[in-house]
Amino acid sequence: MIPQTFEYTAPKTLDEAMALLASGGKPLAGGMSLIPMMKLRLATPEHLVDLGRIKDLDYIREAAGELHIGATTTHYSVESSALVRGKCPLLSAAAGAIGDPQIRNVGTMGGSVAHADPAADYPAALQALEAKIVIRGAKGERTVSAADFFVDAFTTSLESGEVVREVVVPVEQAGTGTSYLKMPQPASGFAIVGVAVRVQRSGGKITLARIGVTGLSNIGYRAWAAEKALEGSAGSADDITKAAALVAQGIDANSDLHASADYRRHLASVYAARAITAAASKA
Amino acid sequence: MKINLTINGKKYSPDVEPRLLLIHYLRDVAGLTGAHIGCETSLCGACTIEVNGKSVKSCGMFAVQADGADVLTIEGLAQDGKLHAMQEAFWNQHGLQCGFCTPGMIMACKAILDHNPNPSDDEIRHGIEGNLCRCTGYQHIVNSVKAAAAVGAGR
Ligand SMILES: Cc1cc2nc3c(=O)[nH]c(=O)nc-3n(C[C@H](O)[C@H](O)[C@H](O)COP(=O)(O)OP(=O)(O)OC[C@H]3O[C@@H](n4cnc5c(N)ncnc54)[C@H](O)[C@@H]3O)c2cc1C
Ligand code: FES
Ligand code: FES
Repeated sequence: MIPQTFEYTAPKTLDEAMALLASGGKPLAGGMSLIPMMKLRLATPEHLVDLGRIKDLDYIREAAGELHIGATTTHYSVESSALVRGKCPLLSAAAGAIGDPQIRNVGTMGGSVAHADPAADYPAALQALEAKIVIRGAKGERTVSAADFFVDAFTTSLESGEVVREVVVPVEQAGTGTSYLKMPQPASGFAIVGVAVRVQRSGGKITLARIGVTGLSNIGYRAWAAEKALEGSAGSADDITKAAALVAQGIDANSDLHASADYRRHLASVYAARAITAAASKA
Repeated sequence: MKINLTINGKKYSPDVEPRLLLIHYLRDVAGLTGAHIGCETSLCGACTIEVNGKSVKSCGMFAVQADGADVLTIEGLAQDGKLHAMQEAFWNQHGLQCGFCTPGMIMACKAILDHNPNPSDDEIRHGIEGNLCRCTGYQHIVNSVKAAAAVGAGR
């Protein structure tokens, strides 16, 4: 499996990379999605711009109640970072659920969100976290919410020549509980269904619920109806079952040889109930 | 494109096409046929090596991405004719049958101990999620990692 020929450049700074991308280059990050597609000749870029040598895209920083994750930060770095584990455990749980150790050593945050695989793990967590994606283009930077960033399967609101520079997630406040649970496809580890849950409790009631779902539909989405059902409830087993039954409401579920649409919907409510229960027990 | 890399302590400066996969460079150009090609789709782990101390699947990266890198393959594990403790453990514990997955499996198992010198069975199984073995049923591989851990193979 040999890709079509291409030119390869590995700039050291983002500015150099932006100039190469403006003239038609395609970004290469970990290559864990792009290289397999090139081998199958589903992608035939003429010029690859390797972002892997740009030092100031690989970072995890805390500022003003938020964590900033640079685009080329690997899944392994997010999974193992004490900062992320302590302050945004939902994100490190999602990172640790991706593929296998060799994939996590190489695959990156920016590559995963830009690729927007409908079965990827990060989109569920980023929806539940109401994350922001910082995008750099020729004319400067813009910030897009995760809800607006993911448009369709393998389609985001990135314009040509733009790159993801970083992803911003909130530092969890006290009283927040989170959980990410997935049913992995046994060969690749991709999510057949994955559910990310974030809840806050106060005075015996669930005051905030955010639920992101991946694998079920064309994009990782927010399960608004389930969130509404949960908020204001006491979070009893009965409340959770009722809310979890709503996670696939209005969704046109995917179907493939691993799981039919009906089975996926069923899995989504089962995994949602488990993830809500786990998150609520920590809140 | 001219690149420089160190493989198992030895320097190489080949001129490679950007589309040459690292596994093809290792096997077909450098003559290091220890890392195997099982699936060529980043799934089976037979091509696992270390690049700058991290285990990676060498069928999933281009040789040009390894420019300047320090690469370790299965051929570099034994030192002065003495097997690495993980190789020794695979031998003693029957961690292999046909041996096809073994070079990648040993590299992945070494990486487990590099992070965690005393892993549980569960942690070992998670650590080899990216490596398929069609023969052993994995139990003897888990036993091998435990045996290597017992003699202090972790850093
Ligand atoms: C065997 C296997 C199992 C996997 N299992 C899972 C899994 O369980 N869950 C999961 O979520 N993922 C899984 N993945 C995918 C993995 O997480 C990839 O790392 C990820 O999808 C892409 O990240 P990358 O850094 O490798 O990007 P690349 O493959 O380098 O790039 C992907 C795409 O994004 C573009 N791109 C890259 N960086 C940027 C940027 N900063 N700005 C704009 N565009 C950019 C590229 O041009 C390309 O179109 C798996 C992959 C493999 C090979
Ligand atoms: S040959 Fe590389 S993972 Fe199978
Ligand atoms: S020993 Fe035969 S595939 Fe593992």
